[in-house]
Amino acid sequence: MHDKTIAQLSASLAAGEFSSEELTRVFLARIEQFNPGLNAFITVTAEPALAQARAADQRRRQGEAGPLAGVPIAHKDIFCTNGVRTSCGSRMLDRFIAPYDATVVEKLNAAGVVMLGKTNMDEFAMGSSNETSFYGPVRNPWDLDAVPGGSSGGSAAAVAARLTPGATGTDTGGSIRQPAALCGITGIKPTYGRVSRWGMIAYASSLDQGGPMARTAEDCALLLGAMAGFDPRDSTSVDRPVPDYVALLDQPLAGLKIGLPKEYFGEGLDSEVARVVEAAIAEYRKLGAETVDISLPNSQLAIPAYYVIAPAECSSNLARFDGVRYGHRCENPKDLLDLYTRSRAEGFGAEVTRRILVGTFALSAGYYDAYYLKAQQIRRLISDDFRRAFAQVDVIAGPTSPTVAFNIGEKVDDPITMYLSDIYTIAVNLAGLPGLSLPVGFVGQRPVGLQLIGNYFAEDRLLNVAHRYQQVTDWHQRVPAGF
Amino acid sequence: MSLGPAEVAKIAHLARLAIREKDAPAYARNLSAILDLVAQMNAVDTTGVAPMAHPLDMAQRLRADEVAEPNQRKHFQAIAPRVEAGLYLVPKVIE
Repeated sequence: MHDKTIAQLSASLAAGEFSSEELTRVFLARIEQFNPGLNAFITVTAEPALAQARAADQRRRQGEAGPLAGVPIAHKDIFCTNGVRTSCGSRMLDRFIAPYDATVVEKLNAAGVVMLGKTNMDEFAMGSSNETSFYGPVRNPWDLDAVPGGSSGGSAAAVAARLTPGATGTDTGGSIRQPAALCGITGIKPTYGRVSRWGMIAYASSLDQGGPMARTAEDCALLLGAMAGFDPRDSTSVDRPVPDYVALLDQPLAGLKIGLPKEYFGEGLDSEVARVVEAAIAEYRKLGAETVDISLPNSQLAIPAYYVIAPAECSSNLARFDGVRYGHRCENPKDLLDLYTRSRAEGFGAEVTRRILVGTFALSAGYYDAYYLKAQQIRRLISDDFRRAFAQVDVIAGPTSPTVAFNIGEKVDDPITMYLSDIYTIAVNLAGLPGLSLPVGFVGQRPVGLQLIGNYFAEDRLLNVAHRYQQVTDWHQRVPAGF
Repeated sequence: MSLGPAEVAKIAHLARLAIREKDAPAYARNLSAILDLVAQMNAVDTTGVAPMAHPLDMAQRLRADEVAEPNQRKHFQAIAPRVEAGLYLVPKVIE
């Protein structure tokens, strides 16, 4: 049961081959067996999951069920879940029981999914290796010495290890795509505004976007269809109909123009990863696509601009954690300033602290124009690069990450080296475009991801392009040894 | 741009973060390295480029000034560190 995709599980549940309760028990047992070794879950919600499963079985019996009814999933611990701890990977929220459901959670609940639990993540989604979590690092199921990527590392590892058939993630600079690549699964970051951010704990509000992570593009299509849509409670949510992503999966690729940015294949890209990515692109040519060499000339400025904009927004967003109304409070504060400064210092880890400090500095008097304004101007240049590219091509392809998964501990003391693992994903967030990562091979035993970037609201095209590849290859069906 | 421990202490105060003195040099090193990375932005002339705050260049939607949320004070106070009689307790603010 555990090796079936969401689409297959949905068909089996509809055919009555097994109940959602039986299915849920299988995944809960797998979590119990494998999670101690992987640390992919922060919280497992066994009893509520079984109650949701029984309710879904009831709905199916009454013929009221949609395709996701009774399908187990996991939520990244950044999404507020009513009555369930929502830690965001931080000591600050270690005892925070969310008082409401995020819109994404509400919508998936309405579709009848079963929540198995909350997945581990880099603290406040700041990290690329899942090592900044208060709850300890997650291990990569393909190689337990390796990181799963981040920040949605728990979701990626859990899907890869078949502890859940699908999960939610969030992506501010690559946090869905990079862990999807490093764990050999499929994940899509939608266009900014496509999925509601309401109830999704904010890191950098002009970049954050939630999306699905699963084994196949088809499964991501099923999940995204349920997650996407206008939400009046999110003032940046876009009011635009959600297409039937599943129905559009099979469009032919003949005549598709794939842009290959020369900046994504240059210095810094591991040669073995390059070889695997080029083989995937050759496969697309066989499927009828045409490849076009393009340039995104400001690509090298994406990381510098991001490390102004994201910390600036984070320093503002995380100002709410003051030890007064919720979250961690220090013992015996001597005055209000002591309460603020010690509660925050004790509640936040080193990477979150660094980013708050950088953001505070960049926004401080005398530095605003040189940092924040300059970064926003660069953001425009990067966005214009993509605009020009999409006048020529339908999608852009390249590596998701410059290397395969690195070892736990390898980069943890060197923030700058860690930041460079998002070199191909960050520009997509700055421009607000959709991006998808799908598994296309291995270097040794560690997976390689291909990133597909689409024009605004072209999630349907990205899912279609990934799906057609998965019809003729089996990388997405590989199972890590021991799972 | 190079920051020293004293500048880190000043920024930490602005951010209301208590940084231990022994950690300040490491933060100063990290922050200086990040600002060096960020300084690569200066390689490009951006004179006349309109800053981009929203990826879709959309204006924030405004909603009608109406009460939309029910009062959930009890629910919210249940997760507060210290409350009494419906109030959030903090140390004395005025001596």
